Amino acid sequence: MHRGRNAASLVVAIVVIAFGWDAIRSPSSLNPGEPAIVSGKATPTADASLTNAARYPVVIKLLDRVPTVKTGLTNHHGESVSISCGACHATTTPNSETRSGTELDEFHQGLQYNHGNLTCLSCHNADSYDTLRLADSRPVTFRDAMTLCSQCHGPQRRDYDMGLHGGMTGYWDLTRGGRTRNSCIHCHDPHTPAFPQVRPVLPPKDRISVRREAAKDPLRP
Amino acid sequence: MDPSVNDPKLEANLSRRTVLKGFGAMLGAAAFAKAIAPITEWAANISAEEFVQKHYKELSPIDLEIILNRLQKETKDQYGADVTIKDYKAQPGVTFGYALNLSVCNGCRKCAEACHIENNHDRPSNQSYIRVFEMSKGSMDMEKGNAHYDHPVPQPDKFYMPVQCQQCEHPPCVDVCPVEATWKEPDGIVVVDYNWCIGCRYCEAACPYHARRFNWTKPKLPASAINPNQSYLSNRIRPQGVVEKCHFCLHRTRNGRLPACLEACPTGARVFGNLLDPDSEVRQVLAHGAFLNQ
Repeated sequence: MHRGRNAASLVVAIVVIAFGWDAIRSPSSLNPGEPAIVSGKATPTADASLTNAARYPVVIKLLDRVPTVKTGLTNHHGESVSISCGACHATTTPNSETRSGTELDEFHQGLQYNHGNLTCLSCHNADSYDTLRLADSRPVTFRDAMTLCSQCHGPQRRDYDMGLHGGMTGYWDLTRGGRTRNSCIHCHDPHTPAFPQVRPVLPPKDRISVRREAAKDPLRP
Repeated sequence: MDPSVNDPKLEANLSRRTVLKGFGAMLGAAAFAKAIAPITEWAANISAEEFVQKHYKELSPIDLEIILNRLQKETKDQYGADVTIKDYKAQPGVTFGYALNLSVCNGCRKCAEACHIENNHDRPSNQSYIRVFEMSKGSMDMEKGNAHYDHPVPQPDKFYMPVQCQQCEHPPCVDVCPVEATWKEPDGIVVVDYNWCIGCRYCEAACPYHARRFNWTKPKLPASAINPNQSYLSNRIRPQGVVEKCHFCLHRTRNGRLPACLEACPTGARVFGNLLDPDSEVRQVLAHGAFLNQ
């Protein structure tokens, strides 16, 4: 009797774990109409089905609007005027060979570009410049850009989903509070994605450092 | 006639002995006064309440409340800062684990800086519980690691390894403490009762990770820099002459929050969580080790 109950609970546990894992690994929606990629682990619904305790969400900071370009002009209120990408690109002819802003006759001249062997239209959508485009030609919103990045950067996405990549703040215990995570573009400029070299902060000044400094001193024997 | 009275030789002998005895006694008294001077000076710096304070584990809730109030007042008097010192207990069903993804750590030392600020470390010495080693790729020899690099990071032929307290399962630092001022808590954190520590530094010598720090001086930090959210076993300002160590920011983590070093990490190299929760990230990392397969 006891054994049967134990076996049953084990099966339940496995199912729960498997379901939980699926929730983590499930691909984000490719539908541009979907509101947000929220880490699978943290959607309140997914977790509500796992445990009885209410869980706070893990929110990924995502773009809340379609990116715009500053025109350098101001309106009669003195506010700078920005326009959507599509406003200009509606009148231009797309060139699928363009790989860098320097190849263009006008606009985007100062754009630094160093991202593999991609062309502009590898990611930007020539049919609608206010969206991006996946490798299989499906459109994807700027908000869902992580899906686009993940096409090539699978190991990074896997680590990201495991909480192993990218800065975060908040609570380890989601029953007590939520968590906020950076998305890809918070640290990696999509056009020059390599994480730059930085100057380290807070050099140690303990006794070991003092001894090393002394050893470097040429006046000392 | 008593020969001793009129014998000049004998009288001289007696008087010399008296002088020598007096001189000796004076010397002894001076030496004794000098020998006990540290005690008298120390006693001037310590209140009677602190002198009779019991070990942390023997404190009743009322004792503890009185002590916490006293420590808050002392911080106000000595540093001019209004702080809240609380005592957070280990949460049942929680054992903390901390994993590092060395393949993404870039050696920026933001974690060490966050620790420095969060835990009210001595400002002039840049004290922090974290030391980041710059190591040659392919080597795990920490003896050859350099914690004092001062050039842009990451260097292409190096990797970076932050080292802090490992919260050992069988901590050697706890074994060697002669007064039981340090112990392992039920959630795995090794803590120090700063008011019970005698400053012998045995634990510092016993730690294979060089994770303990000794307060050679009274920590110096301006009132504006003091983190007012403090706890007895973690980041309250330490007295001079005691040992301290990483406590996984227990004033944060025992309230469910992530440690300060993790929140400061720009690369996401740090993974923190409950080892007893099979669904936690840190358990997934240990189970799958995906970060090793790149």
